[in-house]
Amino acid sequence: METYQIYSLTSAILFIIGIGGIFMARHFIKKIIATVIMGGGVFLSFVSFAQRDAITFADPVPHALVITGIVVAVASAALALALARRIYQLTGEETFTNDK
Amino acid sequence: MIHLPSSPFPALLVGLPILMATLSLFFRPGGKAAVGLMGSILTAGLALIAFVEVTQRGTVIHILGGWEPPLGILLRMDSLAAVFIGMTAIVGVFISLYAWGYFRAQETSAEGLPLFWPLWLFLWAGLNGLFLSNDLFNLFVTIEVIGISAVSLAVLTGKTPALFAGLRYLLAAITGSMAYLFGVSLLYGSTGTLDLGLLGEVLEPGPTTSFSLLVITLGLMIKMAGFPFHFWLPPAHSSAPAPVSALLSALVVKGAFYILLRLWMEVFGVSLTYAAGQLIGLAGAIAVIWGSWQALIQTSFKLIVAHSSVAQLGYLLMVFPLLILAPGVSADSADWLSPAWTAGIYQVIAHAFAKASFFLSAGLIIMALGHDRIESLRDLVGNMRITALAIGIAGVSLIGLPPSGGFMAKWMLLKGIFLSGQWWWAPVVLMGSLLTAGYVFMLLRLAFAPAREMNTFRPVPKSLEIIALMLALGSFLIVFPADSLIQFLESSGVFGSGIESIIEGGVYGND
Repeated sequence: METYQIYSLTSAILFIIGIGGIFMARHFIKKIIATVIMGGGVFLSFVSFAQRDAITFADPVPHALVITGIVVAVASAALALALARRIYQLTGEETFTNDK
Repeated sequence: MIHLPSSPFPALLVGLPILMATLSLFFRPGGKAAVGLMGSILTAGLALIAFVEVTQRGTVIHILGGWEPPLGILLRMDSLAAVFIGMTAIVGVFISLYAWGYFRAQETSAEGLPLFWPLWLFLWAGLNGLFLSNDLFNLFVTIEVIGISAVSLAVLTGKTPALFAGLRYLLAAITGSMAYLFGVSLLYGSTGTLDLGLLGEVLEPGPTTSFSLLVITLGLMIKMAGFPFHFWLPPAHSSAPAPVSALLSALVVKGAFYILLRLWMEVFGVSLTYAAGQLIGLAGAIAVIWGSWQALIQTSFKLIVAHSSVAQLGYLLMVFPLLILAPGVSADSADWLSPAWTAGIYQVIAHAFAKASFFLSAGLIIMALGHDRIESLRDLVGNMRITALAIGIAGVSLIGLPPSGGFMAKWMLLKGIFLSGQWWWAPVVLMGSLLTAGYVFMLLRLAFAPAREMNTFRPVPKSLEIIALMLALGSFLIVFPADSLIQFLESSGVFGSGIESIIEGGVYGND
């Protein structure tokens, strides 16, 4: 097995853990963490395709994409955390069970 | 791509709203609104000039900062992009004018409300950027700009229901864009390019392509609230302030649809099968019936309108099965492609006008009554004649009665369905129209019914009522330039073509 394949496989596993977490976790913070894990999987997937063997030079494009992607993901996660915190301050709720 | 004429407009269409949005942040609330409104009018004017430029010169491109792709970003404005940008400009400027008056008339001016202006301009920049994007990653960035500003707009009031709905919306949006990006990473891994045109040429059918098609489509379906991922839309769209609801329903969801359309038509041809088209069409059909039914049983005006959005977006998905050609059929002999395309484009535009008008009317009703429970709509005609007229006219377009834009969309959809022989979609279109007529007439019946108790309608600014009416009329006026609009769209390669690659490839046949 090539090294990059290990990373690719890991990225797929992280992605699936993230998806599962978003749907199965109830607590807001757990859901947000799940989106971050999902994002980590996606970014690892990009990076894993950058260099497939030790001979050729690494492709710089995936790294540029991942840096942009991380910035976007951080902003999304920050907004989600701010919303979750505000909901907690106003209602004390930490899950979607009682929203109406 | 390099030989296409270069134009500064694509860059300006993204840059100007961002500039004005940033500028407005430096001002106090009153100044924010003034700069914001000015920014909206300038952006809309620029969009119309750019539209005219594309009608005269054909597709134009702009290479940002002179950095050629793949390292730089190329913006492409073809006729499809021009039509979406033009629609955003016209609907957007009306909503801006309404928002100006609406937020001024609010007695309890919450602190956050002036932030509408910078957020809306960022959203507009994102939408323009999305329509102009020519590579998969740029599409991701623009859809994130749209998602983050849309969620921020949805929670503008800071009220609890809006916050719950906003967080649900945001989590759905992040999940959708990460799924999309995962598909993009697989495509980049297998082809080494992100350029839409190039991908369409080099992409080969296989498990990787099919899997990325699947995750990208699912991600975008979440973003455009396609069935079964519609759960986040009704609460988010109904709990936002009226101008925001109008923006979210009329424009934001169309962004994800635009990407889906572009990718299915330009990139994924090789992996699309008849079955894939039928499946996405089925999701659309269920959305039409389920959304319309839900709209019929709601008791608050904004929830009716929001569920109606789920249904109307379903019609857009029903266009896809018609665009995918069965093996052995060439695009030249497929005379249903042109009606199908017309149906899709007209559904996008007519829904944008009609739904914006509906939500703006809902805002006026809330302003007058303090709530939007439909049993209080009694004697609306006697108290708010223009708003009632706007609801009636926009409703007629949603149902699809002639001579509205909605009629054009549904008529062409039926025509495409019968010409292609996929008759099983026809009952869904008719049933959807019937259910839509049900909830529109339910509203109108109440509007004409005599009041039971003393009326408590507070006066609302007449100018705002007229804006809602003009948007409703817009959903009719768009029928008049239909011929030239369709010719203009057909001048670009995408519009009017079907997905034939299955025939040439033949690897993924009709399974």
